[in-house]
Amino acid sequence: MKIILDNSKCEGHGRCYALAPELFDADDEGYSVLKITGEVPAGSEEHATLASANCPEFAITIED
Amino acid sequence: MQDWATDFDHTHPDYAAQATEIWDDLRARCPVAHSDRFGGVWLPTRHEDVAAIAHDTEHFSSEGVIVSPWKPEGLAPAGYAPPITSDPPFHAIARRLLLPAFSPASIARWEASARQSCQELIAELAGAGPVVDAAAEYTQHVPVRVIADMLGVPRSDGDKFRGFIHRILENPGGSVGNLAYEDTLDYYLRQVVADHRQNPRDDLIGFLIEAEMDGQKLTDDHIGGTVALLLIAGIDTTWSAIGASLWHLAQTPSDRARLVADPGLLPVAVEEFLRFYAPVTMARIVKEEVEVGGCTFKERDWVLLSFPSANRDPEVFEDADRFVIDRVRNRHSAFGLGIHRCLGSNLARMEMTVAIDEWMKAFPDFELADAGAVRWSTGQVRGPRQLPVRILQRGAE
Ligand code: HEM
Ligand code: SF4
Repeated sequence: MKIILDNSKCEGHGRCYALAPELFDADDEGYSVLKITGEVPAGSEEHATLASANCPEFAITIED
Repeated sequence: MQDWATDFDHTHPDYAAQATEIWDDLRARCPVAHSDRFGGVWLPTRHEDVAAIAHDTEHFSSEGVIVSPWKPEGLAPAGYAPPITSDPPFHAIARRLLLPAFSPASIARWEASARQSCQELIAELAGAGPVVDAAAEYTQHVPVRVIADMLGVPRSDGDKFRGFIHRILENPGGSVGNLAYEDTLDYYLRQVVADHRQNPRDDLIGFLIEAEMDGQKLTDDHIGGTVALLLIAGIDTTWSAIGASLWHLAQTPSDRARLVADPGLLPVAVEEFLRFYAPVTMARIVKEEVEVGGCTFKERDWVLLSFPSANRDPEVFEDADRFVIDRVRNRHSAFGLGIHRCLGSNLARMEMTVAIDEWMKAFPDFELADAGAVRWSTGQVRGPRQLPVRILQRGAE
């Protein structure tokens, strides 16, 4: 599983780093930063899906 | 019978009383309503249309965000209260200045004092009862005291703010009449900023005094204007959100029991409170003729951006008309969409969580004392203004 974060859509609603803090971080202005590169670590798949399903801006997509 | 699709008035108490039914009805059959009031105003009700407008700053200007007979003109791109009334490219500059002070990490620093404010308010209610007004005696005061702490002014000054804001909101663009200058927000802010300049400290006004825009320090006017916007955008909104949450809990014993049994559910519940009772509808002014949902919006028409209606669109939410306290997929837009996403959203979430948590600890069981005495606000910020509840059980000290 891979996460694609589209920074041009992110408006800093902060849902992703609240729901999946091991995968996303906030920058100084509250916009999202992806903490991992490549595959989602085992055990974090559910968090990744949650973050994507709760982003109001549709900025996060998941690739299987 | 009045048809909401062709003649609605969102400032009327009848509309406030049935708002959710009106949106559901319109979304199913119309989906973009229009009224000739206020010089012509549109009301899209589907998530898809609301999102498209919020993202389209080419055709829609934020020069006017509150629908009223007074329609701002010639103020873009800054507008009268940047960044909320600003358009690109100016908007990003005014917003970026404030973002660091409202980031999750910055807001976390204010949580302990927010909690203390809630506990103080509850202590004041502890001797009262069994019937207390949860809106007038509790939720109303929470955001006021929190923002007072953040700005670095006495909590007791907080109560003055409400007077200032209501004067401004009820008479936008109006004169202050025969009020003495010493009683105005303008005078108050000048005093506070001057005091912070003399005695520098680590709070929001201290941050604004140190901040720079284009390499220049801000003027006192700019600082005062920003503080005024934060008071206006941050108080009634959060008061409404906490009040609507308690109104829901007062009538839903099963959800009260869930929160008492599992306080860890609260952050998820807060998102559902925000979706279901989204308090804020914004507005735009059409910049250039454009088509939305099959209707032609003309230049200078008003458009209401109903985030509350978008939040109940069955195209985007499963069981959209049901409150589901542990809803896992919740892409709600209570804080708006696009570049104007609520700057205070991290603060608002923290205040809601702390205020509901402290209330539930003190009063785990309560109910509406008199459903007929509950009064909701009218207009673009929606929440209970009077909320008499009967305390059925008090928590252990
Ligand atoms: C539950 C409480 C709140 C709700 C539902 C809410 C909702 C909103 C919404 C929907 C917008 C978008 C405006 C637009 O698209 O034109 C907005 C913007 C804004 N809000 Fe909030 N708000 C809340 C609390 C706060 C707080 C506590 C503050 C700060 C103290 C705040 C400050 C702002 C500011 C400054 C903007 C303008 C941002 C910009 O234009 O870039 N809000 N809010
Ligand atoms: S939830 Fe979406 S909009 Fe919000 S910070 Fe994460 S990516 Fe950005």
